[in-house]
Amino acid sequence: MSVKRHEALGLTDTEVIEMFKTMLLARKIDERMWLLNRAGKIPFVISGQGQEAAQVGAAFALDRTKDYIAPYYRDIGVVLTFGMTATELMLSAFAKAEDPNSGGRQMPGHFGQKKNRILTGSSPVATQVPHAVGVALAAKMEKKDFVSFVTLGEGSTNQGDFHEGLNFAGVHQLPVITMVENNRYAISVPYDKQVASSNISIRAKSYGMEGVTVNGNDPLEVYQAVKEARERAIRGDGPSLIEAVTYRLTAHSSDDDDKYRMKEEVAEAKKNDAIVSFKQYLLESGVMTEETLDNLTKEIDTEVNKATDYAEKAPYAKPEDALKFVYEE
Amino acid sequence: MPVMSYIQAVTAALREEMLRDEKVFILGEDVGKKGGVFRATEGLYDEFGEYRVLDTPLSESAIAGVGIGAAMYGMRPVAEMQFADFILPAVNQILSEAARIRYRSNNDWNVPITIRAPYGGGVHGALYHSQSVEAIFANQPGLKIVMPSTPYDVKGLLKSAIRDNDPVLFFEHKRAYRLLKEEVPDEDYTIPIGKADVKREGSDITVITYGLCVHFALQAAEKLAQEGIDVHILDLRTVYPLDQEAIIEAARKTGKVLLITEDNKEGSILSEVAAIIAEHCLFDLDAPIQRLAGPDVPAMPYAPTMEKFFMINPDKCEKAMRDLAEF
Amino acid sequence: MAKEKITMPQLGESVTEGTITAWLVKEGDRVDKYDPIVEVLTDKVNAEVPSSFSGTIIKISAQEGDTVPVGAILCEIETEEVKTEDTEKQETKAEVNTPNTEQPSMKKRYSPAVLRLAQEHDINLETVSGTGRGGRITRKDIEKIIQQRQAGVQETEKAAAPEVSKTQPKSKEIPMRAGDVEIPVTGIRKAIAQNMVKSKQEIPHAWMMVEADVTELVNYRNEIKEEFKQKEGISLTYFAFFVKAVATALKEFPELNSTWQGDTIVQHKDINISIAVAKENELYVPVIHRADELSIKGIARKIEELAEKVRTNRLTNEDISGGTFTVNNTGTFGSVQSMGIINYPQAAILQVEAIVKRPVIIDGMFAARDIVNLCLSLDHRILDGLICGRFMKRVKEILEGMDRNISVY
Repeated sequence: MSVKRHEALGLTDTEVIEMFKTMLLARKIDERMWLLNRAGKIPFVISGQGQEAAQVGAAFALDRTKDYIAPYYRDIGVVLTFGMTATELMLSAFAKAEDPNSGGRQMPGHFGQKKNRILTGSSPVATQVPHAVGVALAAKMEKKDFVSFVTLGEGSTNQGDFHEGLNFAGVHQLPVITMVENNRYAISVPYDKQVASSNISIRAKSYGMEGVTVNGNDPLEVYQAVKEARERAIRGDGPSLIEAVTYRLTAHSSDDDDKYRMKEEVAEAKKNDAIVSFKQYLLESGVMTEETLDNLTKEIDTEVNKATDYAEKAPYAKPEDALKFVYEE
Repeated sequence: MPVMSYIQAVTAALREEMLRDEKVFILGEDVGKKGGVFRATEGLYDEFGEYRVLDTPLSESAIAGVGIGAAMYGMRPVAEMQFADFILPAVNQILSEAARIRYRSNNDWNVPITIRAPYGGGVHGALYHSQSVEAIFANQPGLKIVMPSTPYDVKGLLKSAIRDNDPVLFFEHKRAYRLLKEEVPDEDYTIPIGKADVKREGSDITVITYGLCVHFALQAAEKLAQEGIDVHILDLRTVYPLDQEAIIEAARKTGKVLLITEDNKEGSILSEVAAIIAEHCLFDLDAPIQRLAGPDVPAMPYAPTMEKFFMINPDKCEKAMRDLAEF
Repeated sequence: MAKEKITMPQLGESVTEGTITAWLVKEGDRVDKYDPIVEVLTDKVNAEVPSSFSGTIIKISAQEGDTVPVGAILCEIETEEVKTEDTEKQETKAEVNTPNTEQPSMKKRYSPAVLRLAQEHDINLETVSGTGRGGRITRKDIEKIIQQRQAGVQETEKAAAPEVSKTQPKSKEIPMRAGDVEIPVTGIRKAIAQNMVKSKQEIPHAWMMVEADVTELVNYRNEIKEEFKQKEGISLTYFAFFVKAVATALKEFPELNSTWQGDTIVQHKDINISIAVAKENELYVPVIHRADELSIKGIARKIEELAEKVRTNRLTNEDISGGTFTVNNTGTFGSVQSMGIINYPQAAILQVEAIVKRPVIIDGMFAARDIVNLCLSLDHRILDGLICGRFMKRVKEILEGMDRNISVY
C-alpha cells in the first residue's frame, strides 16, 4: 500500500480532508439526532453510523454539479456531499417548515432537494431504483453527460423494483450506478436470511452489467469503484452495481433495540469504524496534523450546535399548510 | 374534418404532442415496432425512433417507476400498461411515488407522467382483460384519473394529460377503440381535466356516467325520447377528482338520478358521486339515487352468457332509466 | 437562572411510558447539555436520556424502578440559560372560520321524512314552526307533535316551544289574590307531577273495589303485636299482612305483575312490591324486592327499614327501582275508598283502605266485623276486568283466611 493512496486516485490532500470532514459531520449530526430523540425532542431517528465512508467515498466520485442521486434513508453522508447542510438536516429532524426535504411532512431520512438534484424518497424500499433508471434514460435520450446514482440496503435488493429497475437499465445500457450499502442487517434479519447469493454484486451478471464488491469502510476504495463506474457510464458502457460492505453500528432506528445481535459483534465492528481508520490514514500520511484535526472537530461541533439551535427554534408549518401542494398550484 | 375512431384519436394526440414537445416520449410493452397490441402507437416508432417510442421489458413497476424518474428529471413520459388489469404490479409506484411526490417534497419535485391503460369489458377478455380498475386509484389525492367517452374527448383530454404537471391515469375503453367514430378536428385543442360534460340535455331524469356507458345511455335515451321520456346525460370524463359542481347541477336539474358504471357496484366511482349528491341535493331529489353497475363478483367471466350478464348494455340502461322516470 | 424540567421522552412510535433503570446523576450534580442523566427502559428500546440543559440537578422526581408516563417529570435542573420561547407554542392556532353567510329561509324545505310523517299523521306543515337552521321543520319537530297528540295534549302545533309541557299542560291562569301563596314547583314535586301526568295521560285506567272481612286477622294481630314488638323490635303492622297477601296472589296471577313496554308487555318473575311512603310534601315509592319470598315478619321489617330510609334521606337507587306492582296504604288516613294512579309503567295499583267495624249479617244474625275495602286501579291495555276480578277475589280469600293458624314467621 502506497502511503498516499489518494494521490494515485487523483485526489488532492484538500479533497481527502474534505471527505473526512463530511464523514465526521455526518457522524456528529447522526449522534446529535439520537441525543435529541432520547431527550424527547424529535420523534424519530434513522441512522447511518458505520456507513459514512461508503456514502462519502461514493458521492465524492460523482459530479456534484450535474449528476442525480436517489439516496436511501441512511445516506446523510451522500446528501451532505451533494450540498445539503447540517442545518437543513436538523430542520428535517425537527420537522420544521424550512426543511428542504419535505417542509416537515416526512420523517427524517426521506431526502430530497431539487436544487442539489437529490430525488425525493419514500418509505417503501427500492422504489427509488426505477426512478434513478428513469433519470439515466433521460440522460441517454437527451445525450447528456451525467449519471444517476442510487443506493439501497442489501435487504431491499430482494424487492421487485430492484430487479425490474436494474434489468431495465441493463437492457438499455443506461448510465446509472447502483450502490448497495450492505450493512449486514435488514432491521433484525441478517444477510444469510435475506439473500441467497454469496454476495450482492454477483446479481449484476444477470442484468448484464458490471458488478463489484468493495470494502465499504474504506472511502478511497469506494471512491475508486464509483469513479470507474461513472467513467463507464459516461462512455456509454452502461450501468454498474457496486456492493459496499459496511456495518450498521446503531440499532435500525430510534424505535429499535438490537437485541438480535451480539454486543461483541458490534464491538468488533467498531474497531473497523472508518471514522477512526480514515483519520489514522490522514494523520499517518501527513495530510492532516493533530492540530488541523482538532480545529476541524471543533468547527464541526460548532456547526452541529448551531444547526440544532436554529432548527429547534425554527417555526413549524402552519396547520393548514397540510392542504398545500397536492397538485400544481 | 376527418372521421376518427377512438383509438385513432389516441394515436393522433400522442403524435401531435410528440411533435410539439421533444420531452414527450412513450414507453411500454410492445409499443415500439409492433405499434402496441391495440395499435395505439402505430407508426410512431418509425416516425420518432426507438428512444421516443421505447419497448420496455415486461415489467409494469419499471414502466411506471422509470417513467416517474424520467418525469422528475423533466421529461414527459407517456407510459402504456398493456391492459389496465396488469397495472397492479405498478400500484406501489403509482400510489406511493407518483401521487405523493409533489406533496411529500413540499412542491420541490413533481411528476408530469401520463399512464395510459385500456380497460373495460365486452370484448371476450375474461377476468384479466376486462376489468375496470379506476376505483383502486380514486381515493388518492395527487392523482388524476381521466376516462374519456368519445374520440373528440380522447384527443383533447390526452393532450391535456400529457401537458399536465401532475400524474394522470388515462383509461381508454378497449371496446370503444374501434366501435366509436366521429369527426375530430385536425388542429390542436385541449379539453380541461376535471370538468364533466353534458352529453345530452333533458328534463325528466339525469344519468351520470363515464366511458363506454355514456354511449349505452345515449342510445337508451334516444329510444326513451320516443316514449316522451327526456333524459339528461352527464359524462364525468374525469373520475378523480370529481367535478362536484357539474354533478350537483345535473342532479338538481331533474331530481331523479341514475348512475351507471360497468365496474362492480360497491365502492365504485358511483358511490362517491352518490355521496356528493346526498350531501348537497337533499331538497332537490325526487327519487332515491339509483345505481346501475356490474355485479359484485371479482371480474367479468369468459363465457358469452356470463359476460353479457355482467356487462352494461343499452337495454339495461333503458330499463333502469324507464324505471326511474316512472317513479 | 431558570428552573427547567426534564420529562420522560417518547422513546418509540407507539410507546406511552418508560421505566427508570438507573440514575446516572444525583441531586446537586452539574451536567452539560446532552450529558446522559438517566437510563430508561421502554417496550421498544433501552436508552440513555440526555439532559436538554446545562446546569445543576436540583431535584430527582422519579426513582429507579418507577414506571412513568411519557411527559412526566423526571428531574429538575437549575440552568444558567435564558429561557427561550418554546417553538411548539409558536404554532399559530388554526383560525376557526365560521362563515357568516346568511342562511336563506328553510321554512318551506321539507325533507322526505318530514313530508311522509306529516302526511301519515295529517299535520298541516304550514302551521308548524321548525327548530332547524333557517326555521326548517325537522323530523324531531314532527315526531314531537305526534307524541303530544298521542298523549292527548291539545294540539298546539308549536313545535318550537321549548320542551312543550307534554306532561304538564299549563292550566288556565287564575289571578293571584292577596293572601295567595305561590309555591314554585321544583324537584321531587315536579317529578311526582310529571309521573302522575304521564301515567294518567297514557294509561287507560279502570277501577274496581272489593270488600274483605279481616276480623280474624285483626284479632290475631292484636293478640301477638305486643309480644312481637318486644321480641323483634319492630311493629307488626296490618300493612305487612296486606303486602304478603298481595304478593302471594300475584304469584298466582302474574298478569298483574307486569309492565307496559310499548310494543310488548313484560311479565316479571320477581314480585317487587312498591309501597308509597310519604315525607312531608314528598312522596317516595321504595320497593320490597321479592316480597313473595318474605315472611310477614320479613315484610314488616322491610317496610320499617324503607320508611326509616325515607325519613333519613338514605334511599339508594336500588331501593327505589325494579317495582312491579304497587300497594298503597291509603287506610292510614282513614280513607275508605280511593282511586290510585298507576305507578307507570306497572300494570296496576292496589289501595288498602281503613279497617272499619261494620255490622254484617252472618248466618242471619248481625255481627260486628272488621271490614276493609281494597281498591284496584288497572291499566286496561294490559289487564281486563275478568283477570282482575279473579285476582281481587283471591286477595280477599287470603286475607280472610289469615287467623291464628298462620305464622308471621
